[in-house]
Amino acid sequence: MGAGNLPHAALAPWKRVAVAACLAALCVPPFVLSNFSVFQLTLVIAYAVVLLGLNMLTGYNGQISLGHGAFYAIGAYAAAILMDHYAVPYWMTLPVAAALCLAAGFLFGLPALRLEGPYLALATFALAVALPQLLKYKAFEAWTGGVQGITIVKPDAPLGLPVNADQWLYFFALAVAILMFSLGRNLLRGRIGRAMVAVRDNPIAAEAMGIDIALYKSLTFGVSAMFTGVGGALGAIAVQFVAPDSFNAFLSIAFLVGIVVGGLGTLQGAVYGAIFIQFVPNIADRISRAAPWAIYGIMVILFVYVAPGGVASFVHYVSRRWRRKT
Amino acid sequence: MGELLTARGLHAAYGATQVLHGIDFDVAAGSVTALLGANGAGKTTTLRALCGMVRTRGTLRFDGERIDGCATEDIVRRGIAHVPDGRGTFLDLTAEENLRLGGYTRGGRRALGPDIERMYGHFPRLKERRAQQAGTLSGGEQQMLAIARALMLRPRLLLLDEPSFGLAPKVVADIFQILATINREEDVAILLVEQNASLALEFADHAFLLETGRIAIQGEARALRSDAAVRRSYLGY
Amino acid sequence: MDTFLAQFLSGLATGGVYASLALALVMIHQATRLVNFAQGELAMFSTYIAWSLVNAGIPYWGAFALTLAISFACGIAIERVILRPVERGPVLSMVVIFIGLLVILNSVAGWIYSYTVRPFPSPFPSEPLFGQHYISSHDLGAIAVTLAVLVLVYAFFRFTPLGLAMRAAAQNPESARLVGIRVGWMRALGWGLATAIGASAGMMVAPIVFLDPNMMSGVLLYAFAAALLGGIDNPFGAVFGGFFVGVLENLLGAYLIGQELKLTVALVVIIAVLVVKPSGLFGRTLVRRV
Repeated sequence: MGAGNLPHAALAPWKRVAVAACLAALCVPPFVLSNFSVFQLTLVIAYAVVLLGLNMLTGYNGQISLGHGAFYAIGAYAAAILMDHYAVPYWMTLPVAAALCLAAGFLFGLPALRLEGPYLALATFALAVALPQLLKYKAFEAWTGGVQGITIVKPDAPLGLPVNADQWLYFFALAVAILMFSLGRNLLRGRIGRAMVAVRDNPIAAEAMGIDIALYKSLTFGVSAMFTGVGGALGAIAVQFVAPDSFNAFLSIAFLVGIVVGGLGTLQGAVYGAIFIQFVPNIADRISRAAPWAIYGIMVILFVYVAPGGVASFVHYVSRRWRRKT
Repeated sequence: MGELLTARGLHAAYGATQVLHGIDFDVAAGSVTALLGANGAGKTTTLRALCGMVRTRGTLRFDGERIDGCATEDIVRRGIAHVPDGRGTFLDLTAEENLRLGGYTRGGRRALGPDIERMYGHFPRLKERRAQQAGTLSGGEQQMLAIARALMLRPRLLLLDEPSFGLAPKVVADIFQILATINREEDVAILLVEQNASLALEFADHAFLLETGRIAIQGEARALRSDAAVRRSYLGY
Repeated sequence: MDTFLAQFLSGLATGGVYASLALALVMIHQATRLVNFAQGELAMFSTYIAWSLVNAGIPYWGAFALTLAISFACGIAIERVILRPVERGPVLSMVVIFIGLLVILNSVAGWIYSYTVRPFPSPFPSEPLFGQHYISSHDLGAIAVTLAVLVLVYAFFRFTPLGLAMRAAAQNPESARLVGIRVGWMRALGWGLATAIGASAGMMVAPIVFLDPNMMSGVLLYAFAAALLGGIDNPFGAVFGGFFVGVLENLLGAYLIGQELKLTVALVVIIAVLVVKPSGLFGRTLVRRV
């Protein structure tokens, strides 16, 4: 588990065609599905960006975080506050959320880098559990809207394009996601990515090779938080609402479940995981109120036993077998 | 077969790396056998294989019964004590607690009392340090503690991995003298891994030489001492 | 001064609960070198079992003992069945499984017992002892139970061969095997004990905070803070840490930050300890001669 491979050097020609075809296919849904479904897909995209961030930290760098819900919340609240209090246009909230979370993640990473495995998980878990209380705190109410939270309005398509608000937001999120995934891919392919994996696999050797472990771990935390914050901002705009109880410890747990099920240390794992955490609760909810989390728990344990590489490893296995036959 | 321990066709591997390539040897009850070889020959692996700490293929018999494939804890309970390289001391516990743990399978406090006193008889220095944290003992004392702990098991066979490692010659001599006494008086067979070949060959009755996972020579220690090839490669003259 | 004493004593009472749970955490850490995120939910589930037993008509202390026994058995079962396959795997797998357990227990409790808040009986008299008004009998009883558990645990580890074997198995599993200790079962035993201790903590806190599936999440965090503060390897430290955190939480809540930020206190304590002195106040810095 956690044995992520870095993205390959360059995509083979047939792969480039496949990617292009996928992107083209992704443009179709908003025109054939209902507004609500489009909204759900937009959330999947937002979660995919979040999981990409978490995956960088946990899958590639080996640091366990149970507190990424906090960074999601920071991004979401940043977007909401800027849009509601300061009438900042929605697209500008994303860079601000990114910068804020980068700083917050880096600052949290600085002391946290001393901690290993379960202790780091513990510290981040504490962050996740304590956050809703902080958000409800009366002294901050003027900013955060207290228990009731903040409501915002979905933006309309610009320049009078013939798409409705939901469809426009979908394409916007898609564009942002493509940008973030390219950024992530380049980061991971380069020296930074190799350094991250080196730190995960053999910190002593990495340090002996001149990699400043402290710096890289904090940077990774910061970058990971940045991605999550962007996802949070996207999510907030889509949902049009932020409130403290949406960002409790279970959100952080859902993210961890997402990357484990999707596939640690892979780019596509973020996408599979996002689909999982968005749609499984919907289906499970119809069974009973308690069911979604029970299913999360059982699935995540099953995956650890049976498919530690997640859905991504399963897909990889299947595609290899298929290629061998043809 | 009359031997205490027999190994036939013993293979051992760490993951995909094969270390032992099918070795055969015997250890007679009450004897001292030396296992020699250069670094990486597979000496430590052989001892670990005997205790089920490594993946093995082949037959191992102790006292007539098969022990290959058994768990370490079960093999130990049959009467094989292993002092691993690095000594395996419980550093955070006191010296006496280490001894008590050696006798864990034999009984509780009261039952172990006499045995512990016997150990202090063999190793008086340990008695002085009985309440001290084991990690603070000197190298020689830790080695004595490790041997004493193994002996608390009242084993029929004692496996020793490089007992002289990192110790001053005087300390080594003391330890080997005590081992000789124990071998004589308590009928404990010893299988000894040593890089210090001349020391081992003086102490042992039988010996065999491992080279990259295969037995190159085996026989009486006396004979190996005068074997020209062994002398040249391992004793230096 | 009057309220201060009352707050202090009340803090000791909740601190006793934190101390018990912290003790359970230390136990699992001793046996497995891991932090058990599911400890709180296990305690909560045990408390629900106790509730069912009491509801079925079994007298309190009988239900208490029976719950301890059931929790002990369940702890062992969880270790042998769920954790054993991934024992030698990476840490992340274990953490993920703990989280999975946490989530399953929480939702199953909600499904079986629903999310309505229920009262839970206290075995102690409802009138305060000696007619004073500083501390209720239940609070005193909870403290007494915590201390009793601590003494038993300490005696177990210090004076019994089994306790010694468990310590050895935790410190150096390979050497432990070489003296014939069945390391896997030692781990399972550790889990059993920890779960039983957690159950006693749950049964002590339920009369105060009332029984519901989310009862333990805050308590768990405080227990972590307490265990870390006292030294994750040290049962005494865990208990001291528990009382300390309980009192701190109460006093800060009453005089400084109000009731709403209490969990943040736990968070700050955790981070502070991990940053300033990761081995805690009483964690042993052990000398090793190389």
